Amino acid sequence: MTGFSFISAASSAFLADSGGKGFWMPEVASDFAEHVDALFMFILVLSVFFFILLMGFTGYFAWKYKESPTNTRSSPISHNFKLEFLWSAIPTVLLVVIFAWGFRDFTMLSTAPADALEVRVVAQQWNWTISYPKLDRECTSTVGTDGGANVDFYLPVNRPFTVQMSSNDVLHSFWIPAFRVKRDVLPNRYTGFTVTPTRTGIYPMFCSEYCGNGHSKMQGTVHVLSPEDFQKKFIDTDLCKLDPKAPDYKPKLFAKFGCNSCHGVKPEQGIIVGPNLYGRYGNVESTNVGPVKMDDDYIRESIEYPEKKLVDGFAGKAMPSFRGRITEVQLAALIDYIKSLK
Amino acid sequence: MSTAQLEHEAGHGHEDGPESGLHHPAEGHPAFLQHHFDNAAQQESASKLGMWVFLATEILMFSGLFLAYFVIRSSFPEMVLEAHEKLDKVMGSINTVVLITSSLTMALGVRAVQTNQRLQARWYLLATLAFAATFMVIKYIEYSAKVEHGTLPGIYFQEHVYDVAAGVQGTLDRWWGGSQLFFGIYFIMTGLHGIHVVIGIGLIIWIMVKNERGAFSSAYYTPVENVGLYWHLVDLIWIFLFPLLYLVK
Amino acid sequence: MTTVTLEKGISHGSDHTHVEEVDFYRAKRGIWSWLATVDHKRIGIMYLVGTLLGFFGAGVLALIFRADLMTPNSELGRDMYNKLFTLHGAIMVFVFIIPAIPAALGNFFLPLMLGAKDVAFPRLNLLSFYIWVAGLIILLFAIIVGNLDTGWTFYTPYSIKDGSNATPLIIATGGVFVMGFSSILTGVNFIVTVHKMRAPGMTWNRMPLFIWALYATAIIQVLATPVLAITVLLLLIENVMQIGIFNPAWGGDPVLFQHFFWFYSHPAVYIMILPGFGIISETISVHSKKHIFGYKAIALSSVAIAIISFLVWGHHMFVSGQSEFAAALFSFLTFAVAVPTAIKTFSWVATLYKGVITWNAPMLYTLTFLFTFTIGGLTGIFLGALSVDIHLHDSYFVVAHFHYVMMGGTVIALLAGLHHWFPKMFGKMYNEGHARIGVILVFVGFNVTFLTQFMLGSQGMARRYAEYDPVFQTYHVISSIGSFVLGAGLLWILAYMVWALMKGPKAPANPWGGVSLEWATQSPPIEHNFHKTPHVDTDPYNFPEIDRSAASNSHH
Repeated sequence: MTGFSFISAASSAFLADSGGKGFWMPEVASDFAEHVDALFMFILVLSVFFFILLMGFTGYFAWKYKESPTNTRSSPISHNFKLEFLWSAIPTVLLVVIFAWGFRDFTMLSTAPADALEVRVVAQQWNWTISYPKLDRECTSTVGTDGGANVDFYLPVNRPFTVQMSSNDVLHSFWIPAFRVKRDVLPNRYTGFTVTPTRTGIYPMFCSEYCGNGHSKMQGTVHVLSPEDFQKKFIDTDLCKLDPKAPDYKPKLFAKFGCNSCHGVKPEQGIIVGPNLYGRYGNVESTNVGPVKMDDDYIRESIEYPEKKLVDGFAGKAMPSFRGRITEVQLAALIDYIKSLK
Repeated sequence: MSTAQLEHEAGHGHEDGPESGLHHPAEGHPAFLQHHFDNAAQQESASKLGMWVFLATEILMFSGLFLAYFVIRSSFPEMVLEAHEKLDKVMGSINTVVLITSSLTMALGVRAVQTNQRLQARWYLLATLAFAATFMVIKYIEYSAKVEHGTLPGIYFQEHVYDVAAGVQGTLDRWWGGSQLFFGIYFIMTGLHGIHVVIGIGLIIWIMVKNERGAFSSAYYTPVENVGLYWHLVDLIWIFLFPLLYLVK
Repeated sequence: MTTVTLEKGISHGSDHTHVEEVDFYRAKRGIWSWLATVDHKRIGIMYLVGTLLGFFGAGVLALIFRADLMTPNSELGRDMYNKLFTLHGAIMVFVFIIPAIPAALGNFFLPLMLGAKDVAFPRLNLLSFYIWVAGLIILLFAIIVGNLDTGWTFYTPYSIKDGSNATPLIIATGGVFVMGFSSILTGVNFIVTVHKMRAPGMTWNRMPLFIWALYATAIIQVLATPVLAITVLLLLIENVMQIGIFNPAWGGDPVLFQHFFWFYSHPAVYIMILPGFGIISETISVHSKKHIFGYKAIALSSVAIAIISFLVWGHHMFVSGQSEFAAALFSFLTFAVAVPTAIKTFSWVATLYKGVITWNAPMLYTLTFLFTFTIGGLTGIFLGALSVDIHLHDSYFVVAHFHYVMMGGTVIALLAGLHHWFPKMFGKMYNEGHARIGVILVFVGFNVTFLTQFMLGSQGMARRYAEYDPVFQTYHVISSIGSFVLGAGLLWILAYMVWALMKGPKAPANPWGGVSLEWATQSPPIEHNFHKTPHVDTDPYNFPEIDRSAASNSHH
């Protein structure tokens, strides 16, 4: 245990100081991160040591035994049991230690204490939605001027949280480098882990399983707050409350379903992947089945059966279908929202 | 030399290059000895090993399909149980007997060639061919039945159902975890197997033609033996396929 | 003690008259003599040209997106970037690195080193080549049709498309399916050749280590590639008729695809590296005039690696949602496969001890290999450790690791082998001065490109990102500059080699004083390799320079 603390302290000094990033790693912001960095440091030290040793011998031999008028005969040595045994056994022992250490720390992620904060993560092309079932909050992504989605993820420090994750379409992966946690997000079952943030601050969150066009553009910002701040700035506010009567309900719904990943709503956004919807309602669109009016029915059909009636120039863009995962109320709200874009 | 992939035979093996006079025993070399081999024994040995290694690759390839089958079966056991009833067990059983018998006639054919009985070999090989063709005909009948019933894989699944009580014909579309999964793996497995049967038919015809030309004798019968081995593998794969697909319960 | 003395140019006709023999290039003329050849040496040369074309093509793609990565935003656009990295990976893996050493150098030298006239099945060998060409044409078709952006790993459900979007995938998976058979048939050929066609007196323990390496590789090719064939076939059928095996929309499992895919693709990386290990064993001993250290350990470790490689595929899937137990098992076995590799590396370094070392291009590339492959291997340890891999998976750390082992390993070994065997294959000598420039450019360019990517990964840069947080820009700029130096170095090597082919001085039969059988033929060899069947009475590392007098024996 003291050995661990020593390596941990040393790694903090070398890898990342308590103030922020180090040479190799970002801030140590979770309990798991501390363990990962300690093992990383251990492997790094061993690797550097053996690398220098090996390259040292290689370089030395290559130089010392270079052919020359005085060096024309080589040694007949071609094996040495003791040496070969040692250089097989020592790496084996070290690797078993590394394996055991890695496995032990790995199991931290599947230990969920009873008081862990429950977080639901839903991934889709190309944004994240983070909800807190017990707090009745749902934080959806907002789209920036560069077309990238960002979700704000609020957490209290020093309290474990468990994520339960699922995808609405293809594989994604949830990665918070400062926490050193990552897990793939699947469409056919839940995946998850538990970790405790140990440092307040703001940390980026990324998708780390290639998922198409917007893979590099579905991000998050993790806000780790002190318990008081978490109470003040999150619990006691209306942040992430999805109230149908709220004025920003419709744009939030538009973001929640990921519509904003592909459809711009302001003229300056241009074409992201699909047609820009600003001022589009009521237009007659040229499609692969002839001219079609963009009315309530066409919007509904596009959301539920996107493969019918494709606007010219967007044939290969593969808009996903939301049939079966959108309610009538939500459909009506979205249609209303698109109508209002002018 | 013969492996299942080569269906053409260019000749005796003199096409490898100019005769540089190496490695040839003073009395000249037999017509079947290929130029890069030192002697007939080496050629035969290499040929056989090559065939066995190739068969190992075939087993690995089909194992992947068996794995896919087991995953589908363990994910949706009731669906598999129900869907497999649509397969004709009688036809499947007949095909099994047909294939096993063809393996017997094939083995007898190999034996005949080994003992210089060319004429007997011809009949055994012909019998094997006949059984192989029978297998494909029964397969064709089974497949046609599937097309008629609409029990096809994936997007082509449109099962024709008859609601006895209501007296109405209808079609069943594919559904999540539905029969189209079972029929998918059924068609892929029996289809790939069927392709191997057809290749086998080609190989047997090739062997028969060469046999007629007197290419084989007790001194040289490796191609026949190798085709025999291939055929036994095709039979073996079916023996695993049949119970797994047709006899689920 | 050499095993065979070289007979020059004379052989015996069937009536025992003396016949002058020309090298295999001049034995037959005309394009048809190449296209219909069954000579393993010609087939090897054709594979060499083909795989190098793939290498340079895919390399250019990499330089394009490395240029794009110099800025945080993507000038190419995300769609184009995604297509480029997909093609770079698919072409490099399937067209270049899997076949390169075995099919090019292996085909050329396996029979020569065994003392045989050809491989066991020469016509099958030619068929393998044409299957490779067919697969390549199909893949090129997929590229032209366009829109292939799934990554070379084809993970589902993203790689299962509807309607016309599925076309490039159907074509690409078809191309991979076809190409796989080339690899399988080469493997069959090599296994039988090693078992049945060794020259008299060549026991298994007298085989050169390059042969042991090719043999172990062939075992993997034969057992693993059929599973890839089924995997891409199933994916192809998924795209044609939506069976549903890998598609969760219909009840399938995307993680099942990963298991199928990696069951082949992990052993595949050993197909990529084992032949490289074999080359290094040859070059390091010949160019230090010293018997390879630990022959048995190196030979058996190749087979051990081949076997264990089938048991570790899950280390690509630690975060995929597989069970903890599976993860632990795969992690443990991953470390197990590291041990034989370490043994080889130590044995190579020990071979240098008290040798007579020539600082020529083959040796310089060999030393480079020791440097870069060791980094690649050591960084694999980080990725095999479960907790650390959680952070590093799918980051640039992984990209750096696999480039260090695949490029810093296989490609450097290929360069070592090409220089080592250039005189034998082409009958010409390249210029050492030119070659040294190449070594420096490649060494510097490669390390500058990929060393920074380790830090990029551990700091939080994910893979397959067209755009990134500006905080990562400095490392990306350094990496890209390195890649241009590396590209220049590789082009330089191509240039002087072509120049040497045309204008280089004639090469002697045995410029390096090697003792394995390929050096007992002329340069280039005659069509049938040997005038008389060689008889082997010793192993291929007994160089005349070895001092066997008692005074020089020492124990260390």
